[in-house]
Amino acid sequence: MTICGYRVPMMASLLFWCVVWEIVGQSGAMFLVPPLSSVVMAGIDLVQTGSWQAAAVTTLRSFALGMVLAIVAGTTLGVLMGRVKAIDNLLGIWVNIFVSAPLSALVPVLMILFGMGETTVVVTVFLFAVWIIVLDTRAGIQHVPASLVEMARSYGASRPALYGKIILLAALPEILAGIRLGLVRGVKGVVIGQLLVSIIGYGELFELYSRNFDMNNFWALTLILFAFAMLVSALIERLEKRVEFYAGVR
Amino acid sequence: MRNITAAAQAAIDHAAIDRSAPGEDIAVEVRGISKIYGDVEALRGIDLDFPRGRLTTLLGPSGCGKTTLLKIIAGLNEPSAGEIRVNGRPVTGPGPERAFVFQDFALMPWATVMRNVAFGLELRGMGKDERQAIARKYIAEVGLAGFEDKYPHELSGGMRQRVGLARAFAVNADVLLLDEPFSAVDEQNRRKFQEDLLRLVALENKTFIFVTHSIEEAVYVSDRIVILSRRPGRVAQIIEPEIDRTASPDAIRRDQSYLDTVEAIWQGLKRYVD
Repeated sequence: MTICGYRVPMMASLLFWCVVWEIVGQSGAMFLVPPLSSVVMAGIDLVQTGSWQAAAVTTLRSFALGMVLAIVAGTTLGVLMGRVKAIDNLLGIWVNIFVSAPLSALVPVLMILFGMGETTVVVTVFLFAVWIIVLDTRAGIQHVPASLVEMARSYGASRPALYGKIILLAALPEILAGIRLGLVRGVKGVVIGQLLVSIIGYGELFELYSRNFDMNNFWALTLILFAFAMLVSALIERLEKRVEFYAGVR
Repeated sequence: MRNITAAAQAAIDHAAIDRSAPGEDIAVEVRGISKIYGDVEALRGIDLDFPRGRLTTLLGPSGCGKTTLLKIIAGLNEPSAGEIRVNGRPVTGPGPERAFVFQDFALMPWATVMRNVAFGLELRGMGKDERQAIARKYIAEVGLAGFEDKYPHELSGGMRQRVGLARAFAVNADVLLLDEPFSAVDEQNRRKFQEDLLRLVALENKTFIFVTHSIEEAVYVSDRIVILSRRPGRVAQIIEPEIDRTASPDAIRRDQSYLDTVEAIWQGLKRYVD
């Protein structure tokens, strides 16, 4: 990016908004926006508290469990839909409905079904993440070149070898893209699930801080969450780039 | 040039007669193959013999079913009727005595040249050192020594197809099935490749079945050319170009009998072209 002929470094926009935040916070114009520096200080204190660490462990556990289930179920379903026309016809419309449905509205129903605990949060993460993984996996499987499949068959590949050595690898870029989008949605799912259940993990802390107008801790919590979501997404993106290096040219 | 269509026609009319010339060793027998896709009849009653150690070309207008026939021989497609026999045994699916070379190369983009060439052996469960030694030999034989660790996208089209060819040689099949292997290769590379193919045919002593739509290519590389008619594909003509292959490639391309054969085939095929 260049402004008036000067090269501006990539992080400039981030720094600019950090400065704006700090100035607005210091001016005391808005009660809801404390200065960034005090938010960061609060964050540093926060991560050392037992309640945050317990909340983080609970949240990560729900997130990880929901995501593992979503990735396993999503890729399996996606492969089945990509390879078997009947399954695709049967389930395609439902997957497309759920991928765009406002799933937050379903969480109260899930609470009735699964109780006011971690199970509901895991199911929420799963439901948020799984559909996009199904759709992207399905698209990847459908774009596997027919000749690669014929090649494997003609050289005597067994069914597990055909899937393990050809089909899944050829579809890997799309599967990873689906998982990345699924992870981002899963972060939303874990927060929304916990907020609505509101007695466990991050949701409990959010409730606590916002109810008490403890804005420093509230924003610190939010920033940690944003950073986590971006980090997870960036990690998968790096993996994707490495895979595309080989699979992109086909 | 020897036109043996009349003999072939007689054979079709009298299916009971043994078509092969006495003493001739037949690697692949095609018996009464028909293929119907939905309401499209792709192939009708194909009877052919492919002599061992020779290169036979299936030539015909686009849509005549030559690739379909090749894939039926490979066991990748099921015929609607008829039977294929390879080395006397009926074909029910792909088998280790046949290897396929694909029009679009069908290389794994995430694997090196080495792994691609050794892939057929890998699928057979051969150990890594053993299969890499074999692959290395064939990589050198097709002229790609030094490219073992490259990835397909780092190679030109011609080089990629050499990888496909090396993979087919590496499994040591008796019959090599080549589906328009040079059609995605540029013209200069194609000529060089055709010359190399002739060298490899002489070297490897295998049975080659070659599909092409190029008359020149067919006459240049083939011991025998089977011309298929337009859909539904049937055997229209069988020609054996009698060209002295000991001459240099350039001499062959100027040879009168080469040019006459190309012309004769074109005259026969012209009526199928709109």
